[in-house]
Amino acid sequence: MIELRNVSKWFGDFQVLNDCSTKVAKGEVVVVCGPSGSGKSTLIKCVNGLEPFQKGSIEVDGTSVGAKDTNLPELRSHIGMVFQNFELFPHIKVIGNITLAQLKVLQRDEKQAGEKAHALLERVGLLDQADKYPAQLSGGQQQRVAIARALAMDPIAMLFDEPTSALDPEMINEVLDVMVELANDGMTMMVVTHEMGFARKVADRVIFMDEGRIEEDCTKDDFFGTPRGARAQVFLSKILQH
Amino acid sequence: MNYNWDWGVLLQEPYFDWLVSGFSWTITVSLVAWVLAFSLGSIVGILRTTDSKFLRAIGTGYVEFFRNIPLLVQMFLWYFVFPELLPESAGMWVKRGMPMPEFTTAAICLGLYTASRVGEQVRAGILAVGIGQRNAGLAMGLTPAQVYRFVLVPVSYRIIIPPLTSEFLTIFKNSSLALTIGVLELTAQARQIEEYTFQGFEAFTAATLLYICVTSIVMLIMRVVEGKAAIPGMISLGAK
Repeated sequence: MIELRNVSKWFGDFQVLNDCSTKVAKGEVVVVCGPSGSGKSTLIKCVNGLEPFQKGSIEVDGTSVGAKDTNLPELRSHIGMVFQNFELFPHIKVIGNITLAQLKVLQRDEKQAGEKAHALLERVGLLDQADKYPAQLSGGQQQRVAIARALAMDPIAMLFDEPTSALDPEMINEVLDVMVELANDGMTMMVVTHEMGFARKVADRVIFMDEGRIEEDCTKDDFFGTPRGARAQVFLSKILQH
Repeated sequence: MNYNWDWGVLLQEPYFDWLVSGFSWTITVSLVAWVLAFSLGSIVGILRTTDSKFLRAIGTGYVEFFRNIPLLVQMFLWYFVFPELLPESAGMWVKRGMPMPEFTTAAICLGLYTASRVGEQVRAGILAVGIGQRNAGLAMGLTPAQVYRFVLVPVSYRIIIPPLTSEFLTIFKNSSLALTIGVLELTAQARQIEEYTFQGFEAFTAATLLYICVTSIVMLIMRVVEGKAAIPGMISLGAK
């Protein structure tokens, strides 16, 4: 489904991604973790072409992301993305946020788009918030709307870029619950997160990144079970002790 | 000071008519210039935030050219120098042939100058909305043009209502420079009344009050616009 081959990226002289290769199979849930500045957010943004990369190749469902003739808007409309800061559009209501791309990109009509939006809002438990503006919701609610907005496009895969990092602790679970449910439904997911509980629960594989490199790429059980490389051990010992 | 106050002079003919006429020219020059400044400034500001180096360079070039030359000099350049640079017949048309040459030149000059300032505010607004919103729009499959149309422009224009209001007020005040190329707007008429009647205090007081009157109305209108455009729940953008 998603395949990265030897991806390297530089910001000026600084190399943020160094020869990264990995695969996400259909229906697989892959968690990407690592210390801040390790390139995990950049890596996930390369997958849908929000960040350009200079070397290597990325294929999503057979389409090359980096190729010049790729229709990026078309490709992106099949890949859902959820951001750390929700990024709901503040000037339109919750319902409008979920219907906008359905109307403008998928050319669905108002009725179809509205029905889809309501169904998804029900799924994330926010049907009663449809006519509010994003700033009137809590962070956790906003992130659930953002997930519904991405799902409205019937994506073949979902990318999550630290979806719970900007949330108050008590709101993290309501977002993770939605994500766990999504994973159990068989959605293909690539999730940048520090939520190791989530990784333990639903991840098929865990990727550990450090300084732009993929240091570990293994099954969940291997990652948490057998001792890994020194850097991953230090990372795990730091975040798992609490 | 030995001065004969005579407010009545302002109501006498033809001086009253002069004030009315000057006032309406001030309004006309300003509004025409504002329409030009707002449209062109929006384009320039948007160009400066696009991904294309070429388009950004065009926007930057425009802003740097027009905001770095004093407005008064620009008035003179457009009125006295520009027609000379054209082929003779075109130059003649600009000087005499086109309808109301002084007015047209002043309005265009003021509009082009103010567009560079509006452009900078539009750019600041779009940058303030942030890369995250842009990415969110792109990630769902919107084209860059659609991201501008449905996300960046509607949000950024709400943010820049306060500085845009200042710019709108400034254009009324700057329109007084049109007198230097012969537009008989409010300041010019006040001066003319002073020359005819020696009642300069009254004439310029009247002009001052009229300017304050217009700018106050603009401020009130913009406050209503700001209130209407405020996004529920967003205090930072609301007109509180």
